[in-house]
Amino acid sequence: MQECYENKMELKILSKSSNESFARVAVAAFASQLDLNIEDLADIKTAVSEAVTNCIIHAYDTAEGIITIEARLTNNSLEIEVSDRGKGIENIELAKEPLYTTKPDLERSGMGFTIMDSFMDELKVESIVGLGTKVSMKKIFV
Amino acid sequence: MDVNYDNNEKILTFKLTEEIDHHTTEIIRRRADYEIQRHIPRKAIFDFSSVSFMDSAGIGMIIGRYKLLSMLGGTLEIKNVSPSVERILKMSGILKIINIYSKEE
Ligand SMILES: Nc1ncnc2c1ncn2[C@@H]1O[C@H](COP(=O)(O)OP(=O)(O)OP(=O)(O)O)[C@@H](O)[C@H]1O
Ligand SMILES: [Mg+2]
Repeated sequence: MQECYENKMELKILSKSSNESFARVAVAAFASQLDLNIEDLADIKTAVSEAVTNCIIHAYDTAEGIITIEARLTNNSLEIEVSDRGKGIENIELAKEPLYTTKPDLERSGMGFTIMDSFMDELKVESIVGLGTKVSMKKIFV
Repeated sequence: MDVNYDNNEKILTFKLTEEIDHHTTEIIRRRADYEIQRHIPRKAIFDFSSVSFMDSAGIGMIIGRYKLLSMLGGTLEIKNVSPSVERILKMSGILKIINIYSKEE
């Protein structure tokens, strides 16, 4: 993926829910160097919010951990990687199914991955149980 | 979030004023459930006209309030959603059970 880019950023945040809005606004502000329309920026914010929230709720649960957000810009695309060193995902295919959630008690709806998938152009999830998860997303602008 | 209760009509209106994510739904949920249990309204309305952002946390929050209201014999309405919020609501399938109204009644 990451051969030639015009610009990149990296952000490390503590897994606190109060950082969710900071994370999505930071990535959107970085991406707006590309003069994007409001819809694209809204899609990016939503996808980042989903990925970061998953790290907080699922990866680290009640513990505190570090979430790393990387973003790379080319002249017509944005790549985002959100990674954690939390508990990992056992069955990635199942986790990506719409409405699948392991936390229904917390009023989660199981739509996070479905939203990331439809709001971005590419979605890749890599995970090792006990080590952590990396969600890579790409949006291509026309 | 601004809360208004119409005692004659028994309608409880929540005007959401914040971005809706995992962080803010914790706060919205607590306040909304308190007001719903206090008034036992015939109908509750979530007014989204000031909401600029919502992610999947909003879906769970709406379904949770819908369940509580149903249990207490009330209904839930959503109004004034932006296209991006509507897109997320559509994807979740909850529009099959909850109606959206775009105009003032
Ligand atoms: N970073 C992560 N670490 C560990 N498990 C994860 C992670 N991200 C997702 N999961 C697992 O994948 C499931 C599906 O995630 P998804 O975001 O689609 O739904 P959700 O978070 O449960 O609900 P919603 O996002 O709608 O509030 C989660 O319930 C969880 O079990
Ligand atoms: Mg999620």
